[in-house]
Amino acid sequence: MIHSLFLVNSSGDIFLEKHWKSVVSRSVCDYFFEAQERASEPENVPPVIPTPHHYLISVLRHRIYFVAVIQSEVPPLFVIEFLHRVVDTFQDYFGVCTEAAIKDNVVVVYELLEEMLDNGFPLATESNILKELIKPPTILRTVVNTITGSTNVGEQLPTGQLSVVPWRRTGVKYTNNEAYFDVVEEIDAIIDKSGSTITAEIQGVIDACVKLTGMPDLTLSFMNPRLLDDVSFHPCVRFKRWEAERILSFIPPDGNFRLLSYHVSSQNLVAIPVYVKHNITFREGSSQGHFELTLGPKQTMGKGVEAVLVSSQLPRGVLNTNLNPTQGTYTFDPVTKLLSWDVGKINPQKLPSLKGSMSLQAGATKPDENPTINIQFKIQQSALSGLKVNRLDMYGEKYKPFKGIKYMTKAGKFQVRT
Amino acid sequence: MTDSKYFTTTKKGEIFELKAELNSDKKEKKKEAVKKVIASMTVGKDVSALFPDVVNCMQTDNLELKKLVYLYLMNYAKSQPDMAIMAVNTFVKDCEDANPLIRALAVRTMGCIRVDKITEYLCEPLRKCLKDEDPYVRKTAAVCVAKLHDINAQLVEDQGFLDTLKDLISDSNPMVVANAVAALSEIAESHPNSNLLDLNPQSINKLLTALNECTEWGQIFILDCLANYTPRDDRESQSICERVTPRLSHANSAVVLSAVKVLMKFMEMLPKDLDYYGTLLKKLAPPLVTLLSAEPELQYVALRNINLIVQKRPEILKHEMKVFFVKYNDPIYVKLEKLDIMIRLASQANIAQVLAELKEYATEVDVDFVRKAVRAIGRCAIKVEQSAERCVSTLLDLIQTKVNYVVQEAIVVIKDIFRKYPNKYESVIATLCENLDSLDEPEARAAMIWIVGEYAERIDNADELLESFLEGFHDESTQVQLQLLTAIVKLFLKKPTETQELVQQVLSLATQDSDNPDLRDRGYIYWRLLSTDPVAAKEVVLAEKPLISEETDLIEPTLLEELICHIGTLASVYHKPPSAFVEGSRGVMHKRLPARTGSGESTESPDVGTAAGGSAPEAAPSIIPSQGDLLGDLLNLDMAPPTTSGPPPPTTGMQMGGMDLLGGGLDSLLGGDLGGSPAMGAGFGAAPAVMPASLNAPVGGGLGDLFDLGGGVGMPMGAYIPPKIVWLPAMKAKGLEISGTFARRAGVIQMELILTNKAMSIMTDFAIQFNRNSFGLAPAGPLQVLTPLGPNQTIEVSLPLSTVGPVMKMDPLNNLQVAVKNNIDVFYFSCQYPISMLFVEDGKMERQVFLATWKDIPNDNESQFQIKDCHLNSDAASSKLQGSNIFTIAKRTVEGQDMLYMSIKLSNGIWVLAELRVQAGNPNYTMTTIRRSGS
Repeated sequence: MIHSLFLVNSSGDIFLEKHWKSVVSRSVCDYFFEAQERASEPENVPPVIPTPHHYLISVLRHRIYFVAVIQSEVPPLFVIEFLHRVVDTFQDYFGVCTEAAIKDNVVVVYELLEEMLDNGFPLATESNILKELIKPPTILRTVVNTITGSTNVGEQLPTGQLSVVPWRRTGVKYTNNEAYFDVVEEIDAIIDKSGSTITAEIQGVIDACVKLTGMPDLTLSFMNPRLLDDVSFHPCVRFKRWEAERILSFIPPDGNFRLLSYHVSSQNLVAIPVYVKHNITFREGSSQGHFELTLGPKQTMGKGVEAVLVSSQLPRGVLNTNLNPTQGTYTFDPVTKLLSWDVGKINPQKLPSLKGSMSLQAGATKPDENPTINIQFKIQQSALSGLKVNRLDMYGEKYKPFKGIKYMTKAGKFQVRT
Repeated sequence: MTDSKYFTTTKKGEIFELKAELNSDKKEKKKEAVKKVIASMTVGKDVSALFPDVVNCMQTDNLELKKLVYLYLMNYAKSQPDMAIMAVNTFVKDCEDANPLIRALAVRTMGCIRVDKITEYLCEPLRKCLKDEDPYVRKTAAVCVAKLHDINAQLVEDQGFLDTLKDLISDSNPMVVANAVAALSEIAESHPNSNLLDLNPQSINKLLTALNECTEWGQIFILDCLANYTPRDDRESQSICERVTPRLSHANSAVVLSAVKVLMKFMEMLPKDLDYYGTLLKKLAPPLVTLLSAEPELQYVALRNINLIVQKRPEILKHEMKVFFVKYNDPIYVKLEKLDIMIRLASQANIAQVLAELKEYATEVDVDFVRKAVRAIGRCAIKVEQSAERCVSTLLDLIQTKVNYVVQEAIVVIKDIFRKYPNKYESVIATLCENLDSLDEPEARAAMIWIVGEYAERIDNADELLESFLEGFHDESTQVQLQLLTAIVKLFLKKPTETQELVQQVLSLATQDSDNPDLRDRGYIYWRLLSTDPVAAKEVVLAEKPLISEETDLIEPTLLEELICHIGTLASVYHKPPSAFVEGSRGVMHKRLPARTGSGESTESPDVGTAAGGSAPEAAPSIIPSQGDLLGDLLNLDMAPPTTSGPPPPTTGMQMGGMDLLGGGLDSLLGGDLGGSPAMGAGFGAAPAVMPASLNAPVGGGLGDLFDLGGGVGMPMGAYIPPKIVWLPAMKAKGLEISGTFARRAGVIQMELILTNKAMSIMTDFAIQFNRNSFGLAPAGPLQVLTPLGPNQTIEVSLPLSTVGPVMKMDPLNNLQVAVKNNIDVFYFSCQYPISMLFVEDGKMERQVFLATWKDIPNDNESQFQIKDCHLNSDAASSKLQGSNIFTIAKRTVEGQDMLYMSIKLSNGIWVLAELRVQAGNPNYTMTTIRRSGS
């Protein structure tokens, strides 16, 4: 099982270590540092690194490497999933997951890690349970603790840990009972030079914020459940009912959680909400290049495309750019060669464009590679796949909750090749 | 106010100060001090000197303080074992606390103190906790057993904790079950032979029930444990699969992958025609695709596993090619894995898309990735024949970019394409030659040299090109030197007149000026070959090369099976068997996929079939001397023995008195087999292992072969079956290769054939016919090739034969002329069958009849041979011969010699009687046979 955990910051210092079994010398991380040096980019460090006696499994989140050490055969995904859980918990407790935040709360961090893993076996990883065991630090609580001398460690056996619904604590009380669901879809796509779609797929999630008193039992039904043929559920969802009736039936955890994530596969036809017209050329023998880019909406179901951000990694030979945007602002970093253009909202009547020239380094040959254009955008009040919630019902409690459902589409990895 | 203040104590005398604070009377101050100590500990400072002071703080009601002290204890108990004992009492007391949280915490912490002296004190509290009324305590205690086992395995066994742990598998609480399984699995890893996780249908049922209710981590443990179980039959297998499938929709990717492992393994047992099998295949694709939309680290592990799954069951993901397309900002390790899977999934249906993508990748920035993309194009060409032309033109386009590493990679793969499709794309050689100068990597240089040498006759200035390489011969790497040597020899053989100087130059460079033994040896071999026998040299150096296979990079099937059983583990990430590299898993038992037990048509798993089919043709080497000569020698004794390189003429045992040609040449035939022929004479007496089976087999495998069984070929009592040999090479039959042998099984003569399609198109409509032959052999039924034979497929058929066909005397007697027809053409070949195949089961003669017959037959019909070097006693020989229907009628012992009297009946009613003399201690037998025409 998981032996030890090392947290490494971007400058390569180990700033925290935790051992669940015997102590593993931190020199084991030297193998990790070697791999880190070899990698051209921080994210290119391989996730599994063998050493003579151990294996190092790492994830990179918020510019911190979480390096787990294992000694025997352990499923790597198990380790990676656990590390994700650690990151999520830190974020949940401290708001951000940064080196500073972790150092500021080092005692809580240790208490958490101690509760999350016992001898390498996961113990309590549900946020609800952890919060009962160890109360998250708040300014008020810190002040109160200093004055009264009380602690932020819970006295009680976390009740949820043994119930059949371990994700929900008992005795929840709210004055305003509310349940919000966000249907968020991200579209990943690769568009080729000519504008035709090579792949397009939708990753969707339904995130919920449920603040309901007691033990409510919810059902959520869809207008078109047929779309959901590839889904991953939160453990609270009753799978049998979904299989039989295509209805989500569940006792929700308290607070924020991800109810389900789904994937609309590349075999279904996916509507592409924006199009890009581009003309990026370098001429042989000339030190100038031509750059032209126009964006336009396409298949957006009448909703506006907002928060558009275009970025592109220009070839290394480009020295500088001289471009004119019709709207928004653009920046070019001559060191990283990253061009980014904050477009804002697309006005279908007056399409935004970015035109101008690029100057090449003196003596540089015509670049071989063509830059790929990355686009980010948001479309409010619409889910691209067309998924629609039909109704939400609550059983088991008498009060009438306030319900709300919101839709949003975002660009995930939306890439246009030129 | 944050905890960072604890890190800021950098003053001198820090330890001293902390010590004072720890011993303070004020609770608050104490706690602050402990926090400071912990903070120092985490950054690696040594605060072990404070051990007694910190342990003193343990006796407290404050839970937070208690936890902090526990934390400290766990870290330093090992270095301060004597001090740690002081803490024992507190643990024992805490284990009886009213609060289950404290009880659990105490038992948990206890297990983490890795001090031998302490462990003994822990057994009693642990035993209590394992039976605690609170499941939270029980589940914590279950893990504690595993911890204790790690420290002192013997103690755990002596105390009977393992049995208690096994009982916990039946616990009412799913969490306890999951932890018990996890603990047992971990313990089992260090005890490979113990039956700790003895799974039976009842315990499986309990696990499956717990699976639905426990945490995600528990589900992983239970699924991994389930994967070790082997269901009794396909129905049990199906029911487990049905209960595991819902896990595929879990949000935790580790649960999903463990579920995939269980399904992939148990699927193996389901009959393929079952509806459920198809449903299951469909259900597996979406979760695998979903894994690819997760974080890159997860993707990497998932991709490594998908690589295995795609090799085992390509049908699962064959429509999902697009999800493996590379995004430009994927981390490099994800890109490379995706590329690998794209090639595995490439087929005629999607090749256009794949090629377009690969071409796109070849213009990216990352050099490693670009190189792999170019290689991938070459692999596509080799894998999908229809795309070869497109691939070649794509590669040529890439060569035009003149990007150095792209050009070099392209040339390396074009070499492979040439080898796969000879005489098809040589028109591009000119383009390749233009780039000769830019090649600086050994592999690319070697590839280019190979191309020049191989196609020297079509390249006008081949000698100049090779000469230019030769200038810096000694600076080249070995790979290039060897290639250059071979290429120049090839060139010389093709254009001997103008390149004599060049070849002499390279031979002297290789043999005289080089320190490399490989190079020297190769040089000498060529030199000798060229100087002694240029014709032979041509045959050797310019021999037809075997085609390269499309999937040279496939994982070997048995390893693949084992890896499929380890999906989701480190082994699957490294594609190595777990025993090979993980320290913790000493002596892990090799896991195998279960065999299909269903009532379905095939009882063997598909890979077994292909493996056998794939290896069989190899077992039949194609070097066969023409046996016609051998028998010819026999029949014309006055003819001089062959003077060429054949084996030396027989020195003994050629007393073929009374050669009776009129009698159908039967005696000579038997005699020939028994050691008369020159080749046989040499081979016959040799120890079986030395005797090349392929030399004997075509001669018809007479009695000599029967004795040969002494080598223990693995058929103790059955009739002798010569190994299969190639009868019809693919070159002569438009890609159809036939190899085969004859066998007598249960009284029926069988012609056992292996048909291999080495052409590129499908073959159908097979039929077979025999020419008239000496014993009236004829097919007793049609040739059973029901399914069309696809390219590179192999099929084994056995054709039952009857002996009622038209008779015509053949020369040699056991010659059989065969015609095979398929949708392409009719092909003819001839083969020889072993005469022993014709010995019938009722060939045992009555003793009286035998005696009378023996006397009846004139001496003229008698022939005598010696069998040399047969180390069998008479009884073993007799039983061995009986397996081939040669029956011993009587045995007598005269003057230390065993005399065996034997009878044989041929399918056409001819009786053969024989006498075998065996002298104890003398490996040479004497055999006398007499023949009587059909009664």
